[in-house]
Amino acid sequence: MPSEAEIRLRERLSKLGAMKLLRGTKLSGELGRLQDQLERLQEEPSAEDIWRSVELARHQDRPYTLDYVERIFEDFFELHGDRGRADDRAIVTGIGKLDGRTVVLIGHQKGRDIKERTKRNFGMAYPEGYRKAMRAMTLADRHGFPLVTMVDTPGAYPGVAAEQHGQGGAIARSQAAMVRLSVPTVSCVIGEGGSGGAVAIAVADRVLMQQNAIYSVISPEGCAAILWRDAGEARKAAAAFKPDAAHCYELGVIDAIVEEPDGGAHEDPDAAAALLRTALSAAISDVEGLDPDERRRERRAKYRRMGVLAFAAQSL
Amino acid sequence: MAAMDSRVDVTVENREAAPTDDGKRHPNTCPRCHSHYRDDELEQTLRVCPQCDHHFPVRARERIAQLADRGTFAEQDAALRSADPLSFFDLRAYTERLAEAEVATGLGDAVIAGAAAIERRPCELAVMDFAFMGGSMGSVVGEKFVRACESAAEAGVPLVSVSASGGARMQEGILALMQLPKTVCAIEELHESRGALFSVLTHPTTGGVLASFASLGDVVLAEPGALMSFAGPRVVAQTTREKLPDDFGLAESNYRFGHLDAIVPRGELRPTLGRLLRLFANR
Repeated sequence: MPSEAEIRLRERLSKLGAMKLLRGTKLSGELGRLQDQLERLQEEPSAEDIWRSVELARHQDRPYTLDYVERIFEDFFELHGDRGRADDRAIVTGIGKLDGRTVVLIGHQKGRDIKERTKRNFGMAYPEGYRKAMRAMTLADRHGFPLVTMVDTPGAYPGVAAEQHGQGGAIARSQAAMVRLSVPTVSCVIGEGGSGGAVAIAVADRVLMQQNAIYSVISPEGCAAILWRDAGEARKAAAAFKPDAAHCYELGVIDAIVEEPDGGAHEDPDAAAALLRTALSAAISDVEGLDPDERRRERRAKYRRMGVLAFAAQSL
Repeated sequence: MAAMDSRVDVTVENREAAPTDDGKRHPNTCPRCHSHYRDDELEQTLRVCPQCDHHFPVRARERIAQLADRGTFAEQDAALRSADPLSFFDLRAYTERLAEAEVATGLGDAVIAGAAAIERRPCELAVMDFAFMGGSMGSVVGEKFVRACESAAEAGVPLVSVSASGGARMQEGILALMQLPKTVCAIEELHESRGALFSVLTHPTTGGVLASFASLGDVVLAEPGALMSFAGPRVVAQTTREKLPDDFGLAESNYRFGHLDAIVPRGELRPTLGRLLRLFANR
């Protein structure tokens, strides 16, 4: 008797075979990996596999948004400021060329050394950062440029000023802005996809995830502190809520997994960037032929389906 | 005498009931002024302390009774239940926590939704219940909210949402996070059909619910003293080691910073919603 997860995965496999989701280079690799995944289903990714993803996603040498930007985009011009009160450096916005077409980029940006980490606030945005992102989204829509976002944040910044400036509302409105866009939108989780601060810029036609990235509702430490009453149980928490790419794919939350070089993206940033570029380009091509209204409808329909439900027996 | 006022002084005999067995404050003892009430007394006052105006929490069914015209509420999607897509197990199994919450609250999940009328104006009503796993939003809360948006759009009536939530439900992992964009999409569709959303934030509305549908009302109201913050005070204090202001994240502070249209005492909530329903019905 095949498990429910297996049936779901088989469905996705057949769909993927029929679709031009990852046109060209990536399709066969993706199919192959899914086959592997299917075979591995009996032995689910172990707690160790999941924790390895957590560690790689947070690796101090992992490429950040700007590392990819300089390798993927030609003629990148950075845009600064939310036109209200600040330029939040935890989020980078700009325009550049990706494989010949002008696109708008939004990405979280972490820092490499102490000084830059402080400047970038460890990739944790204030509401100003999300307003800056919304400004870039509006610009993309106005000029018909596809939007690419790169997600890499431990979460939105939990501070007094951030709350006073409306953190919750800014995250909600940033999602609403993405839902409204008529241009093609592609997001990729390139490191940590931390909760509301991540999804704020990740509501897209195609959501990709790098092989060793994580995407989760709460940090492993936060979850452990609440449910195990001990932040030290982070490994157990991660194993329980399964933030790794394979599980996110299986749950229908992301549309494709982007391969990384052996050992993780930090082992060979150039190769990681080349793989990412191909995947981003393919994903844009995949949706840019659609009529704008249809594209927006399909984007909403995709999120409409997310979630798993059950029914009480007696009421049916 | 100057110290006397017209209110009945229940504090003389009823001050501070004995704590419950597990040492917590009795739920009918006011945390602010320590007056203690019988349950029927609190029901009479809409669960607002007559001594100090503290707003006690209100369960979803009682809230619906407070707001909707008598006999007008028709519940929808009552059979929806949470599944356990991750086979989640912490110190206990998620399925066990769900079963226990259902028995303890008599609810299928943390939200009740249905068609209703407020002051004779038809509307759709979605009310959260903090007693069901901290009002956390998983697939069922997201789905019911989305269906409420769809029903409102179909009937051409506004949606009134009353939130009380600790945020996304960790036990459903990434699928709980996906309920944020899912509810946001539904509001976009509602707005495109020119439907209105009135969002009422009650104590507490935090995390993923604040970062999605609760903040997107055409009109956003809150009850006095309601905590409405994306990150809770403890998380903020621990992460930043900042000294938190006394009114951190409270409705009063949010009103001052421009995130709320009005703070509405519970006794005025029904007439206020009635007024908005009348104003928005002008088409």
